[in-house]
This record gives sequence, C-alpha cells and structure tokens, in this order.
Amino acid sequence: MDKKRIVNDIILVVALLALALAAWGVIRITHKSGDYAVVEIAGEETARYPLNEDIRIDIEAEGGHVNTFVISDGKAYVESADCPDKLCVKQHAVSRVGETIICLPHKLVIRIVGEGGVDTAL
Amino acid sequence: MKTSTKKLTLLGISVAAAMVLSYIETFIPVSVAVPGIKLGLANLVTVFLIYKLDWKSAAAVAAIRVLLTALLFGNAASLAYSAAGAVLSLLVMALIKSTCRFSPVGMSAAGAVAHNAGQIIMAVILMGVGEIAYWFPMLVLSGTVTGLATGAVGAILISKIPLKD
Repeated sequence: MDKKRIVNDIILVVALLALALAAWGVIRITHKSGDYAVVEIAGEETARYPLNEDIRIDIEAEGGHVNTFVISDGKAYVESADCPDKLCVKQHAVSRVGETIICLPHKLVIRIVGEGGVDTAL
Repeated sequence: MKTSTKKLTLLGISVAAAMVLSYIETFIPVSVAVPGIKLGLANLVTVFLIYKLDWKSAAAVAAIRVLLTALLFGNAASLAYSAAGAVLSLLVMALIKSTCRFSPVGMSAAGAVAHNAGQIIMAVILMGVGEIAYWFPMLVLSGTVTGLATGAVGAILISKIPLKD
C-alpha cells in the first residue's frame, strides 16, 4: 500500500465524517420543539396526542402486536413492545418536530409534529 | 477472462464464505437504538473479490449471497433491504476501485456508508416515511467505522491469500 493511497483514504474518511456531521447539524437546526405525537400504522395516521398531557396507552399495530406508548414531561417514548428487536424501546424519547420512533416490524411510526400538524422535517 | 474451473470454484467458495459470515453476524448482538447498524462481515468477501478478480465477480457473488441469505434466514422485506444496500455499495466500491486511488480500506468504508444509504432509501420507499432519514448521520458514522474495520481485515486477506492462475 503506497503513501498516496493512504492519504486519499484519510481524505475520504474525513469527508464521510464531515457528511455525517453536516447531516446531523441540518437535522438539529431544522428541528423545533413539537406539540403533538402522531401515531401512524402502515403509513396511516391513527391517533394524535398532545405532548403536554401525560398518557400511557397500548397501541395495537399490525397483526395484533402491541407497543406501550407513553407521554411524560412533554416527551414521547415506547415503554415496551412485543416485537423481537425492541429497537423502538431503545430509541430515545422524542419531543422535537420531525423526530420519530419507528418500529419496523409493526410498521408503527410515532412522529412529533408542530402546532396544526405542520411537519417541517426533512 | 474465460470462466475457468478454478474461478468457478473460487466464486462458489466465496458465496459459501459470505453466507457463513452473514449467519455468524446474526449472533453478534449490536445493542444500538438504530436499526441497520451491523458489522457487515460479508463485505469482506466483496472487498476481496473486487481486488483479486473484478467487480462483476463480486457482484455475482453478492447477488447470490443476498438471495440465499434472505431465503434461508430472512423474508421479503429483509431481501429488499439487503439488495438495496448491496447494489449501492457495489456501485460505489466498483467506482472507487476503478480510480485506483484508494486502498481497500477506504473503498470498504465508502462501500459500507453506501450500503447504509441504500437501506435508508429502501426504508423510505417501503414505509413511505421521510423521517427515517433522521438516522442518516448515525448510519454514515457507523458505516465509516464498520467499513474501516472490515476493510482493514479485507486488506490483510488480499495480501495474504494468493490467487495464481
């Protein structure tokens, strides 16, 4: 492996990291604090809950699967789920416009929107 | 290059090796809240073949590996995700290889990032939710790290495993 290739590799990796940072920055800046958590199953909105009211409900997704959804202190998260990977449970609580919790196996999306449901994300 | 028995055998072994690597990978738990983060061990085989043979052989092996792995361990959705990732990563790696300006390590990193980008694009298409792109920064970062790791191992394989006609 010659030196020039290593230098090119380093430039490439720095470019990739810059891309990640830039994308993260864009997402960070464009996201404002949200007002509602919208529940979507297979792309269809099924419910909408204001973030300023604490709730705990079971959302029934495709195939009778259940995700326990919680709003607490203005943040929405999935407390438990019967999906195999539990990624939706591990995802951080969401509160900013455009942030989502996604449970791929259940085709469930919890999405934060602003007042009037305007979604300014990406 | 005519498809010699030797090449045919090598491609067969490559498919088997790639599938075993994909299978082994399912035993390595990656506890992160972002789906799609994985080591990408099968990428080792692709990196190796692109350097030792040509991108067409690598593409053929990747196509068979993706199909068989989905049939054995996955489902229609996982097939769509791996196919999207494999196609994009192969395209990017073939392009980078053709410039002759990068080592297997850099090529592998870019390929892994392209793989993750392909999966995000497929997720946006399948789920119709643009916000999945929210994971893009995390997946670019993880792709860079895992791509560098598999690329480093791939570079060792390329230098240690001789292929003589």
